[in-house]
Amino acid sequence: MPAPRERLAVRLTVNGGPVERVVEARRSLADFLREDLGLTGTHVGCEHGVCGACTVLVDGRSVRSCLLFAAQLEGASVTTIEGLTPAEGLSTLQEAFRACHAMQCGFCTPGMIVTTTELLADQSAPSTEEIREAISGNLCMCTGYVNIVRAVEQAAAGRAAASGASA
Amino acid sequence: MKPAPFRYARAGSLAEATALLAAGHGETKLLAGGQSLVPMLNMRLVRPAVLVDLNGVRELEGIEPTPDGGLQIGALTRHAALAASPAVRERAPLLAAAARHVGHAAIRNQGTLGGSVAHADPAAELPAALVALDAQLRATGPRGTRVIPASEFFRGLLTTALEADEILTGAHVPAQEPGWGFVEIARRPGDFALAGVAAVVCSASDSPSRVEHARLVGFGIGDRPLRLTGAERLLAGAALDAQTAARAGAAAGPDCDPPDDVHGSADYRRHLATVLTERALLQALPRLPRRR
Repeated sequence: MPAPRERLAVRLTVNGGPVERVVEARRSLADFLREDLGLTGTHVGCEHGVCGACTVLVDGRSVRSCLLFAAQLEGASVTTIEGLTPAEGLSTLQEAFRACHAMQCGFCTPGMIVTTTELLADQSAPSTEEIREAISGNLCMCTGYVNIVRAVEQAAAGRAAASGASA
Repeated sequence: MKPAPFRYARAGSLAEATALLAAGHGETKLLAGGQSLVPMLNMRLVRPAVLVDLNGVRELEGIEPTPDGGLQIGALTRHAALAASPAVRERAPLLAAAARHVGHAAIRNQGTLGGSVAHADPAAELPAALVALDAQLRATGPRGTRVIPASEFFRGLLTTALEADEILTGAHVPAQEPGWGFVEIARRPGDFALAGVAAVVCSASDSPSRVEHARLVGFGIGDRPLRLTGAERLLAGAALDAQTAARAGAAAGPDCDPPDDVHGSADYRRHLATVLTERALLQALPRLPRRR
C-alpha cells in the first residue's frame, strides 16, 4: 500500500518531451507548468474551474489544469498552448484568431485555442451554436466572443478547403 | 488560492483505497475527477490531511450491460464516456442525456459519475437521473459491500447515506422505460441548473397511451433530488396528452422546496419546476410505444 506523502516524484510528457520533477502534493498542474517548467502560456484566472483560462490537453482531452494536481499525472501526456504552436509561425487556428482579431486583452486566448483545438479535432465543421457551446466554459472578460466564434468558423472552413484541395 | 498542504497517495486497487481511507481516521478525502473537490480544496472549504486518488483503481471503471437489460456503471466513469456510450444511449438514454448537461467539455472529460453522486449537489443532473431511473448504488467499506437504492441515498445538501469509511463503487441502472424526458434551465450552458426535471413514464401494456406509473424527479428545487409525487399520482392511470402534462406540471409545484438565492428566487424556481415537468412529459409523450 502506498504511504501518503507530502512530496512526490512525477514523470510525464509535456509537449512531447519527458519531464521528471519532485513536486509538493498540492502543486496544481497549472502552477507546475508555469512555475516549475516556465510554460507561462497557460494562464491562471479563477483557480476553481470556472474561467477556463488554464485549459490544457491531457492525453488529448481538454481539462482544467487548476483542478488537477501535478502528482496525479504520472505517465500522462500534457499539451499546452506552447505545444500547439508550430516551431515556425502559427497554426491554422491561431492564424484565424489573428485574422479575425479574436482577442482583446489576450488573457483567455490560450484556453480558447486549446478548447477549440479539441472541438475541431472532434468535429470538422461545427455549427455556430456548437462553437458557442464549446467555448461556454471559457470566459472572455472583454466579451469578445463574436470574433472568437468567427475565427473558429474560419479555421474550420480553411481546413475543409485545404483537405479538399489535397484530395 | 492554493490548497492547504496535504499528503497524497494513489490507490492501486479498491482494497488499497479502502485501507487508506480507514487509516485516515476521518481526515481523508477521496479524489476521483476532482471537479467539485478541488475547487473546495483551493478555496480551503475543506482541508483534509490526506487525499486518496482513486484514478488508478481499475475495479471502478467500465460500463457493462447486465442480463436484466440494464447496466452496471463504474463510479470512475467520466461524464463524457457516459454521454457517448452506445450501451447507455440504448439502455438508459435519460442518463446519457443528463450527462451531456453536466458542466463544460473539460469538466465532462474529467468529472465522474461516482464523484457527482457522492458530492450530492442538489442541482446536479446525475443524482436526479439515477433516482428517476430507480438505480441501485453500490458501496464498499471495511464491513463489506452494500447496495443502497438511489432513492434513499441522498439525505440533504451535500449529504448522502455513505459512511465515512465507505467508497461508492458504482451504480446498477435497470433497463429504462421508453418514455422519458430530461430538461433543465440554466443561465448559461454548463452552469448548474436553476431547476430541472427528469421523467420516466411507463405506459400500460394493454393501452399504451395510458400511464401505468411515472417517476418524476426535480433538481435544483430542494436540498436533494426530489420526487414530484403529486404529479406522479396525477399521472397514474391517466392518458398522457398535452392537457395532462400541463395539469401534472401544476401538481409538481407543492412538492418543491427551492432555495432562494442570488441566481433565482424560490418562487421563480417553483414556477420553473411546473413548466419543466410539463416539458419533460411532452418530451416523453412521442417516445411512448404506440402498441405493445
